[in-house]
Amino acid sequence: MTLKTTPLNAAHRAMGAKMVDFGGWDMPVNYGSQIDEHHQVRNDVGMFDVCHMRVVDAKGDGVRAFLRYLLANNADKLAASGRALYSAMLRPDGGVIDDLIIYFMTEQWFRIVVNAGTADKDIAWMKEQAANIAPQLTITSRDDLAMVAVQGPNARTKVWEVLPQTKAATEHLINFQAADCGEYFVARTGYTGEDGFEVMLPKEKVEKFWYDLNKVGVKPIGLGARDTLRLEAGMNLYGQDMDETVGPLESGLGWTVDLKSQRDFIGKAALLANPPTKKLAGLVLLDRGVLRGHQKVKTAHGDGEITSGTFSPTLEKSIALARIPNEVQLGDTVQVEIRDKLLNAKVVKYPFARNGKGLI
Amino acid sequence: MSNPGNLKYTASHEWVKTEADGSITVGITQHAQELLGDMVFVEAPAAGRKLKAKEECAVVESVKAAADVYAPVSGTVTAANGALDSAPEQINSDPYGAWIFKMKPDNAADVAALLDAAAYQAVVDSEAH
Repeated sequence: MTLKTTPLNAAHRAMGAKMVDFGGWDMPVNYGSQIDEHHQVRNDVGMFDVCHMRVVDAKGDGVRAFLRYLLANNADKLAASGRALYSAMLRPDGGVIDDLIIYFMTEQWFRIVVNAGTADKDIAWMKEQAANIAPQLTITSRDDLAMVAVQGPNARTKVWEVLPQTKAATEHLINFQAADCGEYFVARTGYTGEDGFEVMLPKEKVEKFWYDLNKVGVKPIGLGARDTLRLEAGMNLYGQDMDETVGPLESGLGWTVDLKSQRDFIGKAALLANPPTKKLAGLVLLDRGVLRGHQKVKTAHGDGEITSGTFSPTLEKSIALARIPNEVQLGDTVQVEIRDKLLNAKVVKYPFARNGKGLI
Repeated sequence: MSNPGNLKYTASHEWVKTEADGSITVGITQHAQELLGDMVFVEAPAAGRKLKAKEECAVVESVKAAADVYAPVSGTVTAANGALDSAPEQINSDPYGAWIFKMKPDNAADVAALLDAAAYQAVVDSEAH
């Protein structure tokens, strides 16, 4: 099988990246030390190639009403232009099709960013729903756009150095808000728990943007550090922490599901009919070792399973997200089966780290 | 970094150094540490443990993944490198200095039969294709 490549593929190789097959994409896992890259983002600034993710534009009259029904979070929360919302998109049975971010630009235009591996499935689902209830809408996969995430406490300053023309429109953005600056769409969002921008721009401009950022001192960061950063920040990874077989309420996404309003949405009836018996919790390993996905978790209330686990460079301890019985409480000690041993781990509130600091 | 010529190697990426007293020192190769990336945890076998050749006897974990380390020959463990408990990254910075365990081989001939540096390099090259 030929791997898909982003427009930055040659740049990664020129910068010494170790490339891996990431869900069919030829992507950089690191450019040297994954731990150094992790600290680089927590303490300064780094850039990520996220061109494999897909930008989708939903346009037309009634686009807000459509998203209100399509998504588990409520598009009505977005009042000011540019504001963004994180949401799950559910099957009728409550399973998670994908997690995504929507940006409200106008009442005729919402921008949606979805995961790479699920993009085709997501777009087919959106089009199918639109055909039924909002046939006037156009749903367009923006294959002409690239995306780079610049993250870290110094990220915004560096982006303004490279794109000074966007500064006026973006310096007042609050977290989870975007500005459409013509060719550059700049959003104050990310997947690291640090400040920063995600910049969408024409594909043919992204290589120059990448090298320009590098010239002002922004180092490239691979998918390895992206995973430890997002896990420390307590952010779910689709396909690992949730998928079509589990609901958002047992995936730590209850805060994104609006069950209070009268609004109906796809999957709502199933969520109300099937209260969850498990929840997503944070674990910190007390014994020596490394927590990994799919390890079994033994608790006083039954078994659970780690969905994502790693070594946290910020805490210098192993951390994990685990799906465990509801009855398990914060502060409880549970046992994780690692090879032939049972190791002790403590159940903690997550995120584990954000804004340069450990929180555990 | 080339593979030192005074060491023996296994196809599973361990290096083996024969000491003056006939015991051997075992670690993982430059190629292995590079594949795994930043090391964060090492679990070495306890002194006194009897090992069979090719038995899983230690674990090295990087941020990215866990990998088993195999006994290069049959014998008895005589020491584990406790320094790696607090500084596993030594395997990345100095793979041929950061030994994982030492053992007394049952038969010196088993050690002599392991791969030399050139034969090991051929194994690495064949994996790359």
